[in-house]
Amino acid sequence: MTTSTSTICPTGTSEMHLSPQPVGKLSIRNATKIYDPDGVNVLALDNCSMEVEAGEFCVIVGPSGCGKTTLLNAIAGFHDITSGDIFLDDELLCSGTKQAEPGADRIVVFQHGALFPWYTVLENVTFGPLVQGKMSASAAKKEAEEILAQMGLKGISHSYPSEISSGMRRRVEIARAMMNNPKVLLMDEPYRAMDALTKTIMHKNLLDVYDQSRKTIFFITHDLEEAIFLGTRVYVMTTRPGTIKKVIDVDLPRPRDYKILSSDRYLELKQEVIESVHEEAKKAFEAGEREMA
Amino acid sequence: MQTEQTLSGKAVATQDVSVSSISLFFFRLKLWMKSPTPYLTLLGLSLFILTWWLTTEVWQLPRFEKLPGPVSVVKEWVSEDPAYGISIYTPEYYEHIWKSILRVLQAFGLATILGVPLGLFMGWKKTFKDYTFPVMEILRPIPMLAWVPLAILMFPEREMAIIYLTFLGSFFATTLNTLLGVESIDEAYFRAARCLGAKSRHIFFKVVVPGALPFIFTGLQISMGFSWFSLVAGEMLAGEFGLGYLIWNSFILVQYPVIVIAMVTLGVIGWSSSALIRFVGTLLMKWQSRGSSL
Repeated sequence: MTTSTSTICPTGTSEMHLSPQPVGKLSIRNATKIYDPDGVNVLALDNCSMEVEAGEFCVIVGPSGCGKTTLLNAIAGFHDITSGDIFLDDELLCSGTKQAEPGADRIVVFQHGALFPWYTVLENVTFGPLVQGKMSASAAKKEAEEILAQMGLKGISHSYPSEISSGMRRRVEIARAMMNNPKVLLMDEPYRAMDALTKTIMHKNLLDVYDQSRKTIFFITHDLEEAIFLGTRVYVMTTRPGTIKKVIDVDLPRPRDYKILSSDRYLELKQEVIESVHEEAKKAFEAGEREMA
Repeated sequence: MQTEQTLSGKAVATQDVSVSSISLFFFRLKLWMKSPTPYLTLLGLSLFILTWWLTTEVWQLPRFEKLPGPVSVVKEWVSEDPAYGISIYTPEYYEHIWKSILRVLQAFGLATILGVPLGLFMGWKKTFKDYTFPVMEILRPIPMLAWVPLAILMFPEREMAIIYLTFLGSFFATTLNTLLGVESIDEAYFRAARCLGAKSRHIFFKVVVPGALPFIFTGLQISMGFSWFSLVAGEMLAGEFGLGYLIWNSFILVQYPVIVIAMVTLGVIGWSSSALIRFVGTLLMKWQSRGSSL
């Protein structure tokens, strides 16, 4: 896609992934979250533990309402957890007594997209460094143009989000995140509403970004094929209360392209994930039926 | 410049849409002229005037016989020597119009300057809303006419009383629509801004204000209508000039065509002021109009 060999990282830190200490290690230990909206306790996460290595493309799959987004929101700092600890690079991010502050080291790419519609593509991409006061307007603009160009988004910097396609919007959102050189990219079913063809383009693009930057990516999805195609590890969550049921190492070589979709190893892995998720989906479905009755 | 996505992932300029806004205007005008809309608009207006003419001046139906008909109104309106002293050639006519516009501008301006920040703040800070919202909700449904005695008690000078009434009319609409505008902003934008490191003041100026803008402008249009409405009520009760005063005074002096002249003038000015707000809104919200029009 992009012929450029330079990494998608702000200038000065572009050799980040070559540094001896990769960043973005997430340690989730016994994270538990109880929602209590109507006086009825709902256990969303139950002693959920996982270790995400620095630079890992970590994909979480599981039935609807299993607490995937709850976990992501806790890491992002949108809400607290009831007990347990989450560490980022061995620093306590949040625990039962401390809620994380949202910050530019953990940027979320939202399910329905959250580019500011009132700002142009360029204004969106430069938003982070400018509000943080980390770059001058001209430096930020230059940087943004570079990142957009690397992601194949040249020539749209003065368009508004409503003027470009949904696939482009999602890529601009990733560019906006990469502008901040985050430690972790948190992606909450970012390609859910897209058609299959657009999805393939988005996957390829995201893999390019990942291969060049080796950021830790925490990716939530329902789509099992997407999970295996993208992920380094696939974490299968149980139905609510959510906890990690199974971790599957995806030992497919990188850089990946669509040829691996027909490889035997891919099909084996897919079978393994399907079996694991199917049990949970069945449980979730039956629980849903009981709640209805 | 509009671009299209190709499979290779490169953004390619497909067409240059940097056409001037003037040629775009003419293109739209041409499209509009080809559609049935302008002709139906004209037909609708003509039918209305025809009915008015027939009922009042031709058939002189009961209940309509005393009303001024279109012919007598237009004759009076364009007469160089009007029977009742008001036509497009008399300075008094413009004096009335100007006085009313001035009052609306003052009242509407004050309502906007106070109402928009108040609404923004109410939407932004929950505690502040908890204090102010109940008061607003109780005051809002009180009709403007009910305020008249208090307005006169508060402002013995008539001018201030009228402006105060007009202000009240638009203040609530502006404030509540602004509040609604802030509350309509998707939570994801606030979260995204915080993720990107925005502080409170950034969130206020870069998310709350632009996000609420579409609702603010809807509110301003409604509030402009309300302010004309309350202005006329105020001018009828206590005024020496202005279109509302002109209507009431002409009624007392049995100068019926002047009533209709003032009414139609109010209609045209009210409509133009709303159109002006819409226009300013489109200028400020290019991100909305550009996406939908191209």
